[in-house]
Amino acid sequence: MAAPLLDVDGLSLEFRTRSGVVKALEDVSFQVAKGEILGLVGESGSGKSVSAYAAMGILDAAGCVTAGAIRYDGMAVTGAPEREVAKLRGREMAMIFQSPRTALNPIRTVGDQIGDVLRRHGGATRQTARARAVEALAQVRIPDPARRARAYPFELSGGMCQRVCIAMALACRPKLLICDEPTTGLDVTTQAAIMALIVELCRERGMGALLITHDLHLAAETCDRIAVMHAGHVVETGAAADLFAQPRHPYTASLIAATPAAGRTLDAIGAIPGNLPDLRAALPPCRYRARCPRALGVCDADPLPPLGSGHGVRCHNPLGCNPMGEEATVDHAAA
Amino acid sequence: MAASRLGIVARRVGGAIPSLVGVVVVTFVLTRSLPGDPAVYFAGLMADAESIAATRARLGLDRTWIEQFVSYVERLFAGDWGVSLQTGRPVLTELSQRLPASLELTLAGLLFAIGVAVPLGVLAATRPNSWVDHLCRVVVTAGVSLPTFFTGLFLVYLFYFLAGVAPSPLGRLDFIYFSPPHVTGFYTIDTALAGDWWTFRGALAQLVLPALTLGLFALAPIARMTRASMLAALSADFVRTATAMGLSRRKVLWTYAFGNAFLPVLTTLGMVFSFLLGANVLVERVFSWPGVGSFAIDALVASDYAAVQGFVLAMALLFVAVNLLIDVIYTLVDPRVGLEG
Ligand SMILES: Nc1ncnc2c1ncn2[C@@H]1O[C@H](COP(=O)(O)OP(=O)(O)OP(=O)(O)O)[C@@H](O)[C@H]1O
Ligand SMILES: [Mg+2]
Repeated sequence: MAAPLLDVDGLSLEFRTRSGVVKALEDVSFQVAKGEILGLVGESGSGKSVSAYAAMGILDAAGCVTAGAIRYDGMAVTGAPEREVAKLRGREMAMIFQSPRTALNPIRTVGDQIGDVLRRHGGATRQTARARAVEALAQVRIPDPARRARAYPFELSGGMCQRVCIAMALACRPKLLICDEPTTGLDVTTQAAIMALIVELCRERGMGALLITHDLHLAAETCDRIAVMHAGHVVETGAAADLFAQPRHPYTASLIAATPAAGRTLDAIGAIPGNLPDLRAALPPCRYRARCPRALGVCDADPLPPLGSGHGVRCHNPLGCNPMGEEATVDHAAA
Repeated sequence: MAASRLGIVARRVGGAIPSLVGVVVVTFVLTRSLPGDPAVYFAGLMADAESIAATRARLGLDRTWIEQFVSYVERLFAGDWGVSLQTGRPVLTELSQRLPASLELTLAGLLFAIGVAVPLGVLAATRPNSWVDHLCRVVVTAGVSLPTFFTGLFLVYLFYFLAGVAPSPLGRLDFIYFSPPHVTGFYTIDTALAGDWWTFRGALAQLVLPALTLGLFALAPIARMTRASMLAALSADFVRTATAMGLSRRKVLWTYAFGNAFLPVLTTLGMVFSFLLGANVLVERVFSWPGVGSFAIDALVASDYAAVQGFVLAMALLFVAVNLLIDVIYTLVDPRVGLEG
């Protein structure tokens, strides 16, 4: 297998804040291959955005990588000088965010904002920037792009603003696109249209993508592979079809069970018991331990097993084909 | 787009008209409510009831308020703002001769303050908890706690009396210089226009200390607002986007962050300018600056009502003009303005 486009390898990261050290990521690994869409799922606060920001090199000053590495196309992002990483941003890898309205400069026309990016990376001049911005808007299927280029963000709908963000991100033809909940806050039909656009453009250009989302259906439909995060750990990763058909980590299973679906009544939807642990406190090796119905004695003592390749899981007692399964349930009931 | 922008600006200008009307009405009411009967005053010491009545009729004081107001406005527009008792010259002449002195001082102070406070605030915001940030905090605290007349006297003591590097604090030009030919009324500009660099230096030397005094006073609010709005802008989503797009740090800092942070600073500048007009009155006194402020103090002490009234009117007009200017700049910078209104 060729080297992955984005390789996050055993990344640990903490925020040194006034209220203590937040161990936001621990031994996080995932890869995005060229042309592949990797979905990153997990509940709020599990470290999805932090992972993405670290990959882009745009963590705020309090964030501090303590172990591991991030490589883009073989080049180290962590530990590299800021000027080198800045060269990758916008040109090699680009990112779109949630709440597209606030993600754009309110007092600059969207055409000028796309033009700024093109002039920085795409070799556009002051004269050609406008025409190329209009072109970029046309490529994200914005009707009447010449007129829209002159608009300010507040004059556009949320969906339109997200299209503008996508246009801006893709203007310089990056090889990797990171989408942090790109459709949160948009209405359902717009969500579908934006997602379809992202997937279509990725496939069309052979771009790798990291798609962060809460929405498991969306992830199942659009992603090739999935990585599930919980409290700063990647707990399971695998091909989307496998992972949803046969989840192996108890957290993945309960996430799937907690997702509303057609033909499932409200009673059948199980909420996940407990909350994410406080990442500032001392944490057990498995951060899901306190919420886990399948916990064993070994969970408190031993470090998590490595993720492994293929359909990997970091659990001492994963679901399916597990001889200790029955025993575990008993153990939990007794505890 | 540009046309509608122009339309909004035109509306802003139109919107200033009610303020102007208000200013004129208030100054009119102010004079009518001042103690004492002007008819008695103007008729002189030896007047009897008959001559007082005659004077009253001559001054139009026997007519209705409406009629008086109309004739007041007519006289204002005809440039008749009354005659100053102290100097015996028309108030409008006095004010227009002294206003450039005050404006030159105020603007010099404001420019100094902007030149120091804006970079200071920006640097403090981009490097939180660095020495610049601490310096910014010290400046802000010192600025709000030192009264201007004190700073003025202190600077005079330090640089004129002790160090001897500043000229005596006696007006706009030392007596060894000739005042420059009148073009703008700003001595520094007029001397520069005339190419008289020797006098230019003299005028500048006189200007430094009073402008510094005013500037130090204006520094605090501008620095504080710049720092706060810059911090807010730097943590805004659109700055994160710009960074993620790999734009240069300078572009992110100035075009994206400062472009937005500038708007609240602009509003503050308008406010600071009005404060400075007030602070001027004291600073002009300390430095014997022949501006409208010292004229107004003398007029007030001498119960020179026409002069006081003229001063109030002039300041109010200036105030309206400055706010209008700020509004217009704001409208030109911020596309969102005027659409919700
Ligand atoms: N700048 C920061 N300073 C301190 N802690 C932070 C900072 N940014 C993130 N964290 C912490 O890191 C953890 C992971 O946050 P992150 O934003 O990555 O979650 P997320 O999975 O993206 O959640 P969401 O779905 O809500 O976006 C959280 O516990 C959060 O409190
Ligand atoms: Mg997030």
